[in-house]
Amino acid sequence: MAQAVEGPAPSPGPAGFREYYARYAPYLVPVFAVFTALVVGALMIGLTGGDWLAAYIGLWEGSFGTPVAIANTVVRATPFIIAGLAVAVAFKSGLFNIGAEGQLYAGSVCVVLVGTLLQLPPVFHIPVGIIAGAIGGAAWASIAGFLKARTGAHEVINTIMLNYIAIRLTDWLIKSKTPYLLGDPADPSSARTMYIAETMRLPGFRVSDTIVLHLGILIAFGLVFLVAWLLNRTTIGFELRTVGSNPSAARYAGMSVPRTIVLAMACAGALAGIGGAGEVMGVRYALSTDFFSGLGFDAIAVALLARANPIGIIFSGLLWGGLLTGARLMQVRAGLSIDVIKIVQALIIMFVAADQIVRFIYRIPQRSSAEETMISRGWGGG
Amino acid sequence: MTQQGRGGPVVLEARAITKRFPGVVANDNVSLRLHQGEILALLGENGAGKSTLMNILYGLYQQDEGAIFVKGKPLRASSPHESIQRGIGMVHQHFQLVPVMSVAENVTLGNEVTRGPGWLDRRRAGEQIRALSRQYGLEVDPDALIADLDVGAQQRVEIIKALYRNADILILDEPTAVLTPQEADDLMQMMRALTRQGKSIIFITHKLREVLAVADRIMVLRAGRVVGETTPAEATEASLAAMMVGRSVMLQVERGEMHPGAVVLEVTNLHVRDDRQLLAVRGVDLQVRAGEILGIAGVQGNGQTELVQALTGLRAPESGSVRIAGHDVTGAAPRQISELGVAHIPEDRQRDGLVSSYPLTDNAVLELYYLPPFARGLVRDDAAVRDHAERLVQEFDVRTPAVTVPASSLSGGNQQKLIVAREFTRELRLLIAAQPTRGIDVGSIEFIHNQIVKKRDEGVAVLLVSAELDEILSLSDRIAVIYHGAIVATVNNGDLSREQLGLLMAGASLDETPAVSPTLARS
Repeated sequence: MAQAVEGPAPSPGPAGFREYYARYAPYLVPVFAVFTALVVGALMIGLTGGDWLAAYIGLWEGSFGTPVAIANTVVRATPFIIAGLAVAVAFKSGLFNIGAEGQLYAGSVCVVLVGTLLQLPPVFHIPVGIIAGAIGGAAWASIAGFLKARTGAHEVINTIMLNYIAIRLTDWLIKSKTPYLLGDPADPSSARTMYIAETMRLPGFRVSDTIVLHLGILIAFGLVFLVAWLLNRTTIGFELRTVGSNPSAARYAGMSVPRTIVLAMACAGALAGIGGAGEVMGVRYALSTDFFSGLGFDAIAVALLARANPIGIIFSGLLWGGLLTGARLMQVRAGLSIDVIKIVQALIIMFVAADQIVRFIYRIPQRSSAEETMISRGWGGG
Repeated sequence: MTQQGRGGPVVLEARAITKRFPGVVANDNVSLRLHQGEILALLGENGAGKSTLMNILYGLYQQDEGAIFVKGKPLRASSPHESIQRGIGMVHQHFQLVPVMSVAENVTLGNEVTRGPGWLDRRRAGEQIRALSRQYGLEVDPDALIADLDVGAQQRVEIIKALYRNADILILDEPTAVLTPQEADDLMQMMRALTRQGKSIIFITHKLREVLAVADRIMVLRAGRVVGETTPAEATEASLAAMMVGRSVMLQVERGEMHPGAVVLEVTNLHVRDDRQLLAVRGVDLQVRAGEILGIAGVQGNGQTELVQALTGLRAPESGSVRIAGHDVTGAAPRQISELGVAHIPEDRQRDGLVSSYPLTDNAVLELYYLPPFARGLVRDDAAVRDHAERLVQEFDVRTPAVTVPASSLSGGNQQKLIVAREFTRELRLLIAAQPTRGIDVGSIEFIHNQIVKKRDEGVAVLLVSAELDEILSLSDRIAVIYHGAIVATVNNGDLSREQLGLLMAGASLDETPAVSPTLARS
């Protein structure tokens, strides 16, 4: 069989550890990538005259060192996990969803609408808010899905463009004063919407002056398992994955590829929209301009790092949240700019994307064809 | 082997070549000698190690053990570049030509004829190619565009390309796979002409008839080892097949009387466009009755692909109609057609028939996944899927360590058996089998052929599309010849000779003399 014959020769040596390593190391590529990124980050800090050890101790303590830090990390990680799922579902369906950012905004606008216009008891208001976010995100993402299914227009281009439109539309909805649309007349800078009703705010524990550990993380866990179940145990998930792995075979098997593409984008958008709902309903209770500031793009990184595995996204999402929360203390301890964290994050993504480097350093065998489909398909699908 | 070929000295020798890949020994202590002026046929099933050996000789792979000598001197061959320098030329199964460039440009690509620094000398290149073409009887026009040439001519260009680089050892990898029977005869005559002028040829194939017609010596590989060497005078098709497979094989399918029933598939004046929006199927009329096998004979690329796609719902027809069991399914969706009891063995199993990253279990229910017992409502029943896959694997003798391994880990023959198993265990009225045995081993071919005949005997209507005329001849009750998208003749099997069918496939009419080609006098 060609598959077996094309690979490189196995490295000689005794069985045992080597064999186990060869078998399981491929699953650990993301872990190795994170480790390598931290080492390179330390080198960079050291070379520029910083104290890398103090910096990393600060990073650890600031993210996972105390209960308050952990709560903060969890709150920060929640939207990364949910929006990461939005990217992962699309990945599994062979689509590269660059549009989580726009879908977050589209969902959040709907959340603000039902949060400011409706009056309901919390038992109903909270689910209504989440559903509104899901619908807004799904509708927005479906535009790109529909364009792809109908005309073959590449979703990467369209989701990027839809991001711009969503961000600017939200800006206008907030800033418009004649008449006021979503903007709050009580806010002189007109940088945010009106606050949503108390009845739609997510309950939570107040762990410090600024941090409320809200219900969002439980919603995120629920969604992780829902997505894992959907993808692996249902006929819909089978259709999504088949279209993602081999659209020709999906057609041959009688699946409707266009319908599945629209459905995949709608699912992705719904997830992103719920992510937006969690932020509005759990953290700030209003939507402001530049509210997500790139969260939707970080979500791509989170999904990539987890190789689009829903369970893995819990960990990559927590890592991302942790890096952001820990950066503060790192800055204090080592006198470094917060932007160092951006460099470390960028390095992680580089090493995950260019996993050949990581595989070379740690002598990890080549990826199997099953792994390969995920990243390459997203681009080749157009 | 001490026997001299018809030439003289040994020009290429491989000594005890061993090449391992993870989990497989692709070549195990393989030795071969090629004499000048000789045609050595290398025969073996897919996966027997033929291609690995040739890639080692051509420098694409490095052997783990063993040595190669070209005209007595060792070849390190870590790159094709060195092999080319030493006079080894390879014609790949898939041509390596640039379609938008002329013959002369393709031949000289990488070795351009220049006049002064960087100026291409097109005229001189053309002259050199004409000279080669005359010398070896390889007819080509240096100024023609590759895209305008037929497959046979493109192959001649490939051979000239190798000769232009001064190759005197030619490796031809499955060269007849894409040719009509007549073109294959022509190729074999060209091979003879080349060896008469001192060239030596290694001819890789799995077609027994051609080996017996053209080779001087035959070497058979099985599972990476040389299992025998023989000559056409000593061998028969049956003995060669037995050597390839390691047991005796029924080359002729046992096919009893047919008992045709009602018309199941009725195609009327069907027109279908291909991806470039050109008419690929032009007015096809067909009828297939229950309990008969209609074979569509034709060279690849004459509209068979589009015809099958239109019948199975994968491509919307331009005009005409398709009726299956009384239902009008013109332009219907694949699932509608499949639910009428239509099974489809697709011609490209990698692209259409399987999801190679999926385990056998998911592939076993690729079309039925949404129906009970494989799903209840939205939720799939993994246990039922697994049971089904295990049953298929057992009943259809799919060789696999487990049903949970990805389909990509199976050999081509076993992948095809899995598809056949999946398609044949459904409720069937009509079976559409496109190139059902392309590129698979003799043992699997035998099995699949018998299964197709069994379905026909059970009263299934079978439409068999194959570019292998031998397959059409051994399975079909009736034969329709397709040429340029139209059915040029429909006859009962046996009414026309192999040669007459070959002429029809090439677009000739039967009024022209159906000459029996001299090179193909069958043993």
